[in-house]
Amino acid sequence: MTELLQQLVNGLSLGAVYALIALGYTMIYGVLRFINFAHADVFMVGGFIGLYLAPHVPGGGTVLGGMLVLLGAMIGCALLGMGIERLAYRPLRGAPTLNVLITAIGVSLFLQAGGQLVFGAAPRSFPAIFPTGVLKLGPLEFSTNQLLVIAVAGGLVVALELLVYRTRMGAALRAVSQNPKAARLMGINNDVVIRWTFALGSALAGAGGVLYAVNYPSVDPLMGVMPGLKAFVAAIVGGIGSIPGAALGGLLLGLVETVVAGSPYSTYKDAIAFALLIAFLLFRPAGILGRARIEKV
Amino acid sequence: MTSRLSLVVSALLAFAASGLRAAEPIKVGEIASMTGKEAVFGQSSHKGTLLAVEQLNAKGGVLGRQIELVTEDNQSKAGESATVARKLLSRDKVVALLGEVASSRSLEMAPIAQRARIPMISPASTNPKVTEVGDYVFRVCFIDPFQGTVMAKFAKDNLKIKRVAVLTSVSSAYSVGLAKYFRERFVADGGEILIEQRYAEGDKDFKAQLTAIRAAGVEGIFVPGYYTEAALITRQARELGLEVPLFGGDGWEAPQLLEIGGPAVNGTYYSTHYSPESDSPKVQEFVAAFRARWNGETPDAMAALGYDSALVLADALRRAGGTEPAKLRDAIASTKDFVGVTGVTTLDAQRNATKAASIITVKAGKFQFVQSVAP
Repeated sequence: MTELLQQLVNGLSLGAVYALIALGYTMIYGVLRFINFAHADVFMVGGFIGLYLAPHVPGGGTVLGGMLVLLGAMIGCALLGMGIERLAYRPLRGAPTLNVLITAIGVSLFLQAGGQLVFGAAPRSFPAIFPTGVLKLGPLEFSTNQLLVIAVAGGLVVALELLVYRTRMGAALRAVSQNPKAARLMGINNDVVIRWTFALGSALAGAGGVLYAVNYPSVDPLMGVMPGLKAFVAAIVGGIGSIPGAALGGLLLGLVETVVAGSPYSTYKDAIAFALLIAFLLFRPAGILGRARIEKV
Repeated sequence: MTSRLSLVVSALLAFAASGLRAAEPIKVGEIASMTGKEAVFGQSSHKGTLLAVEQLNAKGGVLGRQIELVTEDNQSKAGESATVARKLLSRDKVVALLGEVASSRSLEMAPIAQRARIPMISPASTNPKVTEVGDYVFRVCFIDPFQGTVMAKFAKDNLKIKRVAVLTSVSSAYSVGLAKYFRERFVADGGEILIEQRYAEGDKDFKAQLTAIRAAGVEGIFVPGYYTEAALITRQARELGLEVPLFGGDGWEAPQLLEIGGPAVNGTYYSTHYSPESDSPKVQEFVAAFRARWNGETPDAMAALGYDSALVLADALRRAGGTEPAKLRDAIASTKDFVGVTGVTTLDAQRNATKAASIITVKAGKFQFVQSVAP
């Protein structure tokens, strides 16, 4: 029982990071109908911004200092996301989705190779930007980092939910997602909405990158590949295009992976994550919360 | 007129070529993980190898010819070593290959070297399978059955623990092999392996496996892996309140273990090939030369093995009297009592070296020599 509870916390803190990345996938899919594969590498850049920012932020190692680093990484990644959208995707607006998809893979490879050039290919140690400790709760032991990751990720998801359902920009975003043409007729500037979507999604990926690095303190230019794939699975499982679905999918995947990794079948933990994807695509392609939609090809 | 001119030109060219051939350097290929996840290993072994080559060349080279080291980076990636090995053999026409450190990557190069009948010497791959590929593949380090035995004995006799967990990387031949030999010896000596957990290279989250290990109530954890994962595993074990000793093999040795692991890695142990603290004059001479060449850096085991691998090759080249592959192979195979910095190298019938292991611990954020274990 103790072990199960402990694994639950482990799984939630892993799943929270997957959820943050999955949200970006799902939001961008919502407005542009394509999977932004470069998203996982924006996550990596977030980790590196945190690494470089940490020594220059006052109050390093305190909650406030850590939050500043987190904020810095989010802003940096938001700018990066807008830049990617402007340079790589906007010129392809109206082009077949396949072209955009291949461009996304190109941007992803560009960021990975560029990261190895700029940051170096060797893994770097990530500093402790938040105060760390071990919290004892009866027989359970959590690192404060784990709880922090869950709390911050939860806070960000709630903030996003409020942003999308309670603000004008959120309404515009939903309108573009439902019908871009009709949205434009209603006087919505689609380009602005898409730019904001990229900024938001990338900021969440940046936060994910820092939180991941806080929990697993080593960063390298290829660190986004695996979590990115897992988050992609999470977004599909949760129902691509659905914000609560992405969060749910992330948590579910984190839990499943942790439970398998803690069992005697730990060899198969990645295999099971991807088997889950295949199972969903076969039996419930719209995901847990997604609505089935007929795609015009 | 034109034909006579071309005749003269070709005669001149032939003359120039024969003149060049006398001074033509001996090309030796080196494959190392200069970048990527195990960059520390590749960088270290490369620095050692290069130092040896530079020292040889300063003394006039081998057989009156300079040695030219052609280094290729495999970026610590699977598949890349095979590609660059083919390039070194077909385009650069090297007479021998040096490398790799990681067994999985040596296993990629070995069949290619074997098929081309060009000798290959791995400085530090300890998995037995590497030299089983064929009679052109050698190594200058001990193998995992020995390393596994050393750590099993050390755990039982020095750490006085009997119930351990093993956490293996399934995607590394080195890790799987070392775990197997440790298990065999530890169980044969009356120890108990309560739980075995697995991870894959590049994983960062080990909390699930460690939670299961904690629930099993072990007295120690054997982690036969590489330094990045070992550091993260140790850190996460401490975060879960697991205070038992963790120990591993030569894959642990890198400054990154201390850097990423922080205070958590204090009190961990690993076995390796040499210690710069040794008072042997050979070692001290090497350490001084290495520091002078590489900005005061202290050579680690991979650097020492890289250095020895190049010297063993040079020694064989001298005895073979040329670069003819079959003769060179025979010369390497008959290496006997070669005194290097990592001890005395004698290659056995399986083309492996038998050497003593050093056990190192981390104390107050520094590596410290514990003891030497003879084969």
